Amino acid sequence: MKDKIKPVIEVTNIKKSFGDLHTIKDVSLILEKNQFVSIVGPSGCGKSTLFDIISGLEKPDIGKVLIEGEIYNGKTGRVSYMHQKDLLLPWNTIINNVSIPLMLKGLKKRESQIKARKYFPLFGLEGFENHFPAQLSGGMRQRAALLRTYLFANDIMLLDEPFGSLDAINKRKMQLWLLGILKDLKSSILFITHDIDEAIFLSDKIYLLSERPAVVKTSFNVDIGRPRSNRTFTSVEFNKIKRKILTLL
Amino acid sequence: MKKIKKISNIILPVFFIVILIAIWESVSGSGLVQPFILPAPTLILYSLIMNFKAIGGNTLITLFETAAGFLISVIISIIAALVMDSIAIVKKILNPLLIATQTIPIIILAPLFIIWFGYGYLPKIIIVILICFFPITVSLLQGFATVDKELLNLLKSMGANRTQIYKIVKFPSAMPGFFSGIKIAATYSIMGATIGEWVGGKNGLGVYMIRAKQSFSTDKVFAAIIVITVLSIFFLKIIELIEKKYMPWIQISKEEYYEE
Repeated sequence: MKDKIKPVIEVTNIKKSFGDLHTIKDVSLILEKNQFVSIVGPSGCGKSTLFDIISGLEKPDIGKVLIEGEIYNGKTGRVSYMHQKDLLLPWNTIINNVSIPLMLKGLKKRESQIKARKYFPLFGLEGFENHFPAQLSGGMRQRAALLRTYLFANDIMLLDEPFGSLDAINKRKMQLWLLGILKDLKSSILFITHDIDEAIFLSDKIYLLSERPAVVKTSFNVDIGRPRSNRTFTSVEFNKIKRKILTLL
Repeated sequence: MKKIKKISNIILPVFFIVILIAIWESVSGSGLVQPFILPAPTLILYSLIMNFKAIGGNTLITLFETAAGFLISVIISIIAALVMDSIAIVKKILNPLLIATQTIPIIILAPLFIIWFGYGYLPKIIIVILICFFPITVSLLQGFATVDKELLNLLKSMGANRTQIYKIVKFPSAMPGFFSGIKIAATYSIMGATIGEWVGGKNGLGVYMIRAKQSFSTDKVFAAIIVITVLSIFFLKIIELIEKKYMPWIQISKEEYYEE
């Protein structure tokens, strides 16, 4: 058994530049087990770079990425990472798309499809197994991408503005849906957004980042009880936190 | 609306060709032009039927050279594109050479090939390879190079190795380009084999045509041209069928779009 006190992800004093472009100056953050933590910051402040570093695609110049207490600088394959674009392969059906991570782990095509198929109802994709991505709506494609992410590593997920490309109504639907399935997923989630409402609604904790080069301006817990619903958006606590963030930004 | 469009897409060009042939027929039939200069379409058709055996036999030879050259060039192209894409330095070294091969006029190379490789099938096959190799390789390379970088990153973050990345992302995403390259190659391939035969050979449509030309049997030359044209179009259509079968996702239209 792993030590339970150790956080799932711990990032300490990350610094990253690309040539003369100083993207991240000093960022530290902690994600505890089964927590939903949002990172909020202006566009282009290096949020995605931060995820590239945590997922191991990029190496930090300075600093450490610890996943369950082990150093993961520049090592991919531990956490799953979902981008703003759904990045579904247009030539594959939905079932083939979402089973890619299972096949990469060495499962046979048939086994991985059987395993993936079980999650289709939960992700609202039942009946669309053999459709191509182009036949699905934006929300469904994002859910398929999320399912693929989940099937790769369901314990730790990095979600980079997963609903950023959706319109306001679909976005709200997806937030409610995600909140609804979170208790079944049992995942620790790091979530990037620049939508303050979204961050407060979904998170246990929020990190506010500054403009580039990014530093953590502040972080605070979101003490709004669960389950949350549409009413949460107009509650007193919600607005208190929102006011706090708006004055800080 | 769609049906009307489809019909006009077929009917209009056919109608235009029929009119052209009718004009041609009446000019040749009027006696203004000698048959050995421009034979009438009916005479060409007659000649095609009368010489069917000779033309057919030579066609098989040409088809063999074309198919062999075409298949070999597809294989070479895939290997070349793979190596050039995965090793950057090889791409830098080979790219100028690749373009250089296309700047040399085939009509001058063809006689040289006969000096080097004789009068057999080999020089013809090499000419077909030379013609087909370039469009296929370039389109495949282009396809590999324009794969969505984020898609590659996603696969890498999932721990995919090089072979898996090619299999899952690079090859499928390069397929549309690959097929357009193959289509260009296919339309030129029969012509390439014919040029090879034309400059020197024992049999094949090119040889048949040069013999017919030397005896002023212009009708036979035209008959052979018809065969080459029809075969080239046929070849192209087969490839389009394969393309449709292997890339069903290209055909998916927005009509089948599902809303929640």
